[in-house]
Amino acid sequence: MAGANAPYRITGSTGDWEVVIGLEVHAQIVSESKLFSGASAVFGAEPNSHVSLVDAAMPGMLPVLNRECIRQAVRTGLALDAKVNAYSRFDRKNYFYADLPQGYQISQLYHPLVGEGEVEVLLDEKDQTSTKAIGIERIHVEQDAGKLMHDQHATMSYVDLNRCGVALMEIVSRPDMSSPTEAGAYLRKLRAILRYVGSCDGNMEEGSMRADVNVSVRKPGGELGTRTETKNVNSVRFVMAVVEHEAKRQVEVLEGGGVIVQETRLYDPDKGVTRSLRSKEDAHDYRYFPDPDLLPLELDVAFIAECRASLPELPDAKRKRYEALGIPPYNAGVLTAEVESARWFDELLDGGVEPKAAANWVASELFGALNRLGKTMATSPVSPTQAAELLALVGNGTISGSLAKQVFEIMLETGAGAAQIVEERGLKQTSDTGAIDAAVDQVLVANTDKVEQYKGGKEALFGFFVGQVMKAMAGKANPKLVNERLRARLD
Amino acid sequence: MSELTTKTIAELRDGFRAGDFSAVEVAEQFNAAVVAARSLNAFTVETPDAALAAADAADEARAGGEIRPLGGVPLGIKDLFATEDVDTTAGSKILKGFKPRYESTVSDKLRSAGAGMLGKLNMDEFAMGSSNETSAYGPAISPWQRNDGGNSALTPGGSSGGSAAAVAAGIVPGATGTDTGGSIRQPAAFTGICGIKPTYGRCSRWGIVSFASSLDQAGPLARTVRDCAILLEAMAGFDAKDSTSLELPVPPWEASLSSDLKGMRVGIPTEYRIDGVPADIDALWDRGVEWLRDAGAEPVKISLPHTKYALPTYYIIAPAEASSNLARYDGVRYGLRVDGDSGLDGMYTATRAAGFGAEVKRRIMIGTYVLSAGFYDAYFTKAQKVRTLIKQDFRNAFNDCDLILTPTAPSAAFGLGEKTDPLAMYLNDVFAVPASLAGLPAMSVPGGLDRQGLPLGLHLIGRELDEQGVLNAALAIEERAGFTARPEKWW
Amino acid sequence: MSVNTEQVRHIAKLARIAMSDAEIEALAPELNNILGWIEQLAEVNTDGVEPLTAVIDQKLRLRDDAVNDGDCRDAVLVNAPLAEHGFFAVPKVIE
Ligand SMILES: [Mg+2]
Ligand SMILES: [Zn+2]
Repeated sequence: MAGANAPYRITGSTGDWEVVIGLEVHAQIVSESKLFSGASAVFGAEPNSHVSLVDAAMPGMLPVLNRECIRQAVRTGLALDAKVNAYSRFDRKNYFYADLPQGYQISQLYHPLVGEGEVEVLLDEKDQTSTKAIGIERIHVEQDAGKLMHDQHATMSYVDLNRCGVALMEIVSRPDMSSPTEAGAYLRKLRAILRYVGSCDGNMEEGSMRADVNVSVRKPGGELGTRTETKNVNSVRFVMAVVEHEAKRQVEVLEGGGVIVQETRLYDPDKGVTRSLRSKEDAHDYRYFPDPDLLPLELDVAFIAECRASLPELPDAKRKRYEALGIPPYNAGVLTAEVESARWFDELLDGGVEPKAAANWVASELFGALNRLGKTMATSPVSPTQAAELLALVGNGTISGSLAKQVFEIMLETGAGAAQIVEERGLKQTSDTGAIDAAVDQVLVANTDKVEQYKGGKEALFGFFVGQVMKAMAGKANPKLVNERLRARLD
Repeated sequence: MSELTTKTIAELRDGFRAGDFSAVEVAEQFNAAVVAARSLNAFTVETPDAALAAADAADEARAGGEIRPLGGVPLGIKDLFATEDVDTTAGSKILKGFKPRYESTVSDKLRSAGAGMLGKLNMDEFAMGSSNETSAYGPAISPWQRNDGGNSALTPGGSSGGSAAAVAAGIVPGATGTDTGGSIRQPAAFTGICGIKPTYGRCSRWGIVSFASSLDQAGPLARTVRDCAILLEAMAGFDAKDSTSLELPVPPWEASLSSDLKGMRVGIPTEYRIDGVPADIDALWDRGVEWLRDAGAEPVKISLPHTKYALPTYYIIAPAEASSNLARYDGVRYGLRVDGDSGLDGMYTATRAAGFGAEVKRRIMIGTYVLSAGFYDAYFTKAQKVRTLIKQDFRNAFNDCDLILTPTAPSAAFGLGEKTDPLAMYLNDVFAVPASLAGLPAMSVPGGLDRQGLPLGLHLIGRELDEQGVLNAALAIEERAGFTARPEKWW
Repeated sequence: MSVNTEQVRHIAKLARIAMSDAEIEALAPELNNILGWIEQLAEVNTDGVEPLTAVIDQKLRLRDDAVNDGDCRDAVLVNAPLAEHGFFAVPKVIE
């Protein structure tokens, strides 16, 4: 990948092209029940069991709005520095499809719940200056559709309405992204914020976060090209692949003298290509109009204030706080990227450890171990309290850094506490100068030749003597003292 | 045992309480009357057993000293109300055989008030019509006939035509109706009975098959004003399942009935004097003014400037909402299904072509058109703006008056098959529609017969939530009009 | 504005109602007659007038987030023209 700060270009036969990307992210709102019905919103139940008569659009059934869904969408808007609209409305988006029992989706076109906002993304973890602000155009709340299964029957498609009516937030970005990296960084950052806020679990595999990827190409600085929308892309990697593939495809079409048709496309992860969904395109005219079964939604100041007050510390604020504690920007970035690691590290800090060293230890030792064990922060075998205990032993000189590594390994295996391990295995570091002097004598006597060479100016041998003394004392000697005593004897 | 079917709801209720007769006796006589009147085609389904079961329960309860508000009173239920395990067709072929597993809030309230159900009443398909001729099950026929010696079948009006015919013929003491643009009031006027549409939001729409959500309201049809008050009290009330339901207590409308209108100002809107209205109707209107003056009210001239635009406004908004509300009839989850030639869309188009009648298709087409790309603002938005002006007209008028008196319909009942032009049919609701667009309570009360011996109704429109004012003025007219005419029994 | 048979055909497609050419031919003048009448609204000056949003002005009520519905598969499927293995079945959809 080219340096993230060098502009992304597609080089075609007629020269360079730049890419314009906007994302519409559908995020499932975390709630017990559905947006307009009291049926469970939980994923993965028996077909059509989490379905109320309202979800099945039985004649005469009516929608009643779920407060928690609105609350979570508002909190999300506030977390994205967006304008929350005290007045919003629900509109009907009319179209026929087997996964849409009402014949319309209740959504918000004319008066969305949340207006303009912004997300700052870091394009290169290694480079703290590689930031870019991606605009949020709007967030509206709407119903999810049901699920169609085409492979169950030769001539029939099966319809499961369990998902039908589950609350979604559609987070619409501005077309501010211009490379796969930016699209990926934006989606990752957005996902992180939603998970910090707790408004969406961000589980892309289960489809609780899907992106519609809008891509167009143009000659640098030229007129905006016609865009295509690749729907329901369900991983960061795929989004980046879609941008890359779709941009290349469009350049080929244009340079081949063709035109881009504004259309819906579908990504095929196996083939790594997008294909047209014209089948769905024909004669779409959604005939949006205000849903007459619902009244305008008016939020009072107290409601919005509660949403704001209930927001946790968000990634950017946390990173800045960590940096202020003396933690290097890179580590601060890594630690705050995922809500679990941030929470884990905050607990570690509560244990009174020295932040810089602690951050270092987590980023190298802990992350390394977890990778090895195929575990995550959430499933870490070592708790923040246990880690605090270990780091304290290093901090107060009870054990050396190298001993700490051993102790940590034993902690991972046995789950025992650091102090207990040090105690039982007698790993305490000694500052007994008598013992150290004895070891020093022993080493110098055994290596008279090297002592000569050292005195003859071969300074580099000093390390050798230190190593020998440490070895003689099974690594338990206080390195600082060993140095002192050696110098006293040699120089 | 006296002829119980001639009694009013108040008489049945009080007689039952007094022990003059049993609920089962009442139910049996009405069940017999229903069978005897089949030639009126007033019912889509007869439910004699349900009526008897409710009567049994009422008799038992009475024996146990418990008497519920409508104990011993059997009713007819318009086939637009979902009734648990009883066919609910909305007068349409597309819902033939549909047996919901739920009960509409309104019919459920009547049920728990002790009322029994004699059957489901015929209606215009999806309540779209003013003559009952759009019913897929053939029109209900008015028990009234012209005094010209001919016996041409007349319309009971629509869409609640079955309800009106049944009440007028005395085969049910009262019935539920729904009113979107006059569907309670016009049939009541055509058949010489009373019918009231309450303020929008008084009666829950939950479980009532939707036609036009922002206009639909349930209400009763019965022979007397008092009976309407009794039924409306049982039907109305807040329902959390309907987002447009008014969170207000139900006033004691019956107990507060009073025909003393001292201090009341009754508005007479100039714009309701239109060409082509029979002299009999204008004459009755004048008589109505005198009756109210006699009751102590002061008539005042008022202006409702946008009256002539109410119908065209209605014929944009109602079809628009209907085109969306009726999208759910797609052959997937209930009702008719016709497998077309090509896949899912083939099934949709074939099912809807076969399931909907001409008028419903016509309105779906109009509604789809006025919402479609390029026309939305010119039609739908424009109509909603005019609707605002119509609402303002009433608000202004109610500065100068407390009630408004107009004729209910521009003509008496017409013969089945006489009106073939859709527009001519629409014009029938010219006096009823403005109150619907403004969500105001309005009622039709019989005033007399025209020269053909057919009933004519007077129409009272009240302020938001002032059902009491409407009922009281209607009572004053009822007392003075001395309307006792009943149709000659020919069926 | 008036509609020609092509537009009527398009509207019928949007509304998913199969119509023969004869039906479309017959419907076009009917719709034009109605639309022509509706268009008298153009006479009304609506400058600065807000479209009506709520018939009776009241705020939208919000419901608590509780699971108190669903788990009624039988009631959901019982009226289906075709249901198999707990699913609604529709003619195969090609995506
Ligand atoms: Mg999209
Ligand atoms: Zn969406």
